[in-house]
Amino acid sequence: MTLDSKIPEGPIEKKWDNHRFNLKLVNPANKRKYHIIVVGTGLAGSSAAASLAELGYNITSLCYHESPRRAHSIAAQGGINAPKNYTNDGDSIYRLFYDTVKGGDYRAREANVYRLAQVSGSIIDQCVAQGVPFAREYGGLLDNRSFGGAQVSRTFYARGQTGQQLLLGAYSALCRQINAGTVKFYDRREMLDLVVVDGQARGIIARNLVDGTLEVYPADAVVLATGGYGNTFFLSTMAKASNATAAWRAYKRGAFFANPCFTQIHPTCIPVSGNYQSKLTLMSESLRNDGRIWVPKKKNDTRRAKDIPENERDYYLERLYPSFGNLVPRDVASRRAKEMCDNGYGVGSTGQAVYLDFANAIERNGKEWIKEKYGNLFDIYHEITAEDPYKTPMRIYPAVHYTMGGIWVDYNLMSTVPGLYVLGEANFSDHGANRLGASALMQGLADGYFIIPYTIGDYLASTTFKPVKTDDAAFKDAQADVQKKIEQLISIKGNRTVDDIHRQLGKITWDYVGMARNREGLKRALEEIPKLREEFWQDVKIVGSVESLNNELEKAGRVADFIELGELLAQDALHREESCGGHFREEYQTEEGEAKRDDNNFCNVSAWEFAGEGKKPNLHREQLTFEYVKPSQRSYK
Amino acid sequence: MNFILKAWRQKNGNDKGMFVAYSAHDISPDASFLEMLDVLNDELVKKGEEPIAFDHDCREGICGSCGLMINGRAHGPQRGIATCELRMRSFKDGSSIVVEPWRAAAFPVIKDLVVDRSSFDRIMEAGGFISVKTGGSPDANAIPIPKSISEEAMDAAACIGCGACVAACKNSSAMLFVGAKVSHLALLPQGRSERTERVEHMIAQMDEEGFGGCSNTYACEAECPKEISVVHIARLNREYLRAKLV
Ligand SMILES: Cc1cc2nc3c(=O)[nH]c(=O)nc-3n(C[C@H](O)[C@H](O)[C@H](O)COP(=O)(O)OP(=O)(O)OC[C@H]3O[C@@H](n4cnc5c(N)ncnc54)[C@H](O)[C@@H]3O)c2cc1C
Ligand code: SF4
Ligand code: FES
Repeated sequence: MTLDSKIPEGPIEKKWDNHRFNLKLVNPANKRKYHIIVVGTGLAGSSAAASLAELGYNITSLCYHESPRRAHSIAAQGGINAPKNYTNDGDSIYRLFYDTVKGGDYRAREANVYRLAQVSGSIIDQCVAQGVPFAREYGGLLDNRSFGGAQVSRTFYARGQTGQQLLLGAYSALCRQINAGTVKFYDRREMLDLVVVDGQARGIIARNLVDGTLEVYPADAVVLATGGYGNTFFLSTMAKASNATAAWRAYKRGAFFANPCFTQIHPTCIPVSGNYQSKLTLMSESLRNDGRIWVPKKKNDTRRAKDIPENERDYYLERLYPSFGNLVPRDVASRRAKEMCDNGYGVGSTGQAVYLDFANAIERNGKEWIKEKYGNLFDIYHEITAEDPYKTPMRIYPAVHYTMGGIWVDYNLMSTVPGLYVLGEANFSDHGANRLGASALMQGLADGYFIIPYTIGDYLASTTFKPVKTDDAAFKDAQADVQKKIEQLISIKGNRTVDDIHRQLGKITWDYVGMARNREGLKRALEEIPKLREEFWQDVKIVGSVESLNNELEKAGRVADFIELGELLAQDALHREESCGGHFREEYQTEEGEAKRDDNNFCNVSAWEFAGEGKKPNLHREQLTFEYVKPSQRSYK
Repeated sequence: MNFILKAWRQKNGNDKGMFVAYSAHDISPDASFLEMLDVLNDELVKKGEEPIAFDHDCREGICGSCGLMINGRAHGPQRGIATCELRMRSFKDGSSIVVEPWRAAAFPVIKDLVVDRSSFDRIMEAGGFISVKTGGSPDANAIPIPKSISEEAMDAAACIGCGACVAACKNSSAMLFVGAKVSHLALLPQGRSERTERVEHMIAQMDEEGFGGCSNTYACEAECPKEISVVHIARLNREYLRAKLV
């Protein structure tokens, strides 16, 4: 099978318009007859479900949370990009496009990224119309700030709660449709399999998490908006329940998984403090606008921050990257922090942290000003560490934060399984090997509000659907598979808890497939992960019953999938013999320690096809071409 | 640190439920309340006992999933934070801690500490939105909104829908939750055209779900993790009165 990205013809600024004109339309009277399942209610899922319902389609929406509003998107802090150029600092669609392609280290499709930049302005309009209370200036107009990797101010924000406000906006649109009866919503339902009939995605199997029953949902098309797989690493900034099961089930039913090794490590998180720790907390990157990152110039310096005089501090990002300074992209900032700590300059009791200091900004603008901008982040930090960041610098360290890889989709956001669409963080599309700050919210909402509503219609209008019933063999078989797996899990009755095994997986992946990778380590990971998988299936211990709310059982199913995905991640990282963006292979770096791409051999998307249990997956490559932004060594100096 | 935990155990909605005492030991003072429960649950699983079920997800005070009654206080002894943000250093070493689910007729218990808050969603569905369709919205800067107004709207919009206000109220009133949403949307020019229907529909749904009335004791404000002000209840009352008059 050759991967067809379906990128439309024509100059880049015309592609999306031309494409929309060429897409087939569904007659308004017929829309009601089409049934679409949208799995997930984060930014991508809520916006998609609401927008498709407004068009007249018959929508089923579900999520494993108790309410759509609990989706992980709620936790996004910093902001959302749009090239409105309200600040008159030279922003444009082209510049956002350029920045995103470059920031992604030339591993994203130009056409997708351009479209993302094009529709992003409408997202802001849409959200304001819904009542999203973005930050404003005294004149009453919207305020913008700059965010990592950009030299213009194009980031819209709502205090440190941008994701919350955007999600509540999308949730309110979804509520309106639920009220209108166009969306049927099911809470506490976890999709555990995709049902494929005659090669088309025709439904899902979901478990009712309250009473354990397996439910069958048939449809004409399935949309996955189920988020990223960062929790493969156990410790990450993702919500505890975030998982890859829906995507992984889809992979096993024929959807290719693209670039799994493109994972993002966020530079500014609260460092690990003990082994009871259940997750890592992000301190928004927006803090890098006003905070300065430094370490002591002396190795193993145990003095308190305030006792280290100015001339004995190394503001290493400002020193290494004079033009971007503290605003270099995430991958660069993370790697440099690790390097500083590995070389003995780290601070705090573990030595695994660097300072993020606000003293200058407080002196310049006053405490109130800082409080208004970052008050809730400062509170969170204080709460967790018992240290007051208004008085002493924050200690930060990189943590797993986002996954650029995901299910492969074409320009229409359709996967390699016809009728299966994938949106938001769950797909691989727009961020290449590294995502810029404030662009995941943008992408999720672009996918849901402004792309899927057009592209799915073309598929529905041009496909013939044979009627399916829930007692068709494909549904019954899928349901039986799921049932079997659950029974197998619960009957192992071993000795190790699910979390215990998950932590071990996290350690393997963080050590060998984390911030810096090398051939030897990756090979180690590829030995250890299959061993862990075996151990899991022999020794995991799950108490409680199948027929009731059972968190341990839920977690076990997810961890089983993380283990397999972790293996694919390592495999992908091993095969990509270059460094690019978040994928840093120690063997491939420039003299200055920057990522060294190999455009001759790896200017491609690597999409993996499931080949059967225990078999090596097949690799398919989609070649990337750059007509507008010519690949160059990224420079933030 | 060591603690005696008296936790509410209830198999399902039909079970009567009871308190069971557990001891949690070697807990780091820096651990969060939920991490303390994780440690305890890990031990329970190892012993073959069912772990204590509780809702949680973001663990940073924003998703609104967690919500425990701790020693009779919604989200525990500290003001302005959710249960997941509470650290064990706020408790005395060796003390006993009583943990219960939210108690309210409109939040039936599903299991142990997990309750069903879908009544909140139904209130939102009844009118907690501005009726705009995707596409065709005017430029975001078309309507300037004074900063003071938009900040006040943001104060209200910060509600995480946790239900602590209901749990803290002796009448199980949802007025703070509903007030926050009505206030957020009524303050903004975009929300004005539907203000009458919105408040009527949301209040009607609130009553139908079995939430009680407000008797101005303000326990809700004191326990709200986002410190949503009762000013928004006052605005809700005005909006409701206005709707009845027009
Ligand atoms: C702490 C933090 C801060 C961030 N800050 C920013 C920021 O400032 N700007 C920015 O642009 N990005 C930010 N991001 C990234 C961004 O928040 C996410 O990438 C984005 O919100 C993902 O949205 P989504 O809709 O794709 O998925 P999610 O919001 O993760 O939603 C997934 C949904 O799918 C459901 N689901 C998943 N699996 C199943 C299943 N098997 N069955 C049923 N339902 C399922 C879940 O219930 C949920 O509703 C941040 C991320 C983190 C972790
Ligand atoms: S008003 Fe406060 S206590 Fe009530 S649901 Fe909202 S955040 Fe929770
Ligand atoms: S777990 Fe999200 S608010 Fe506590």
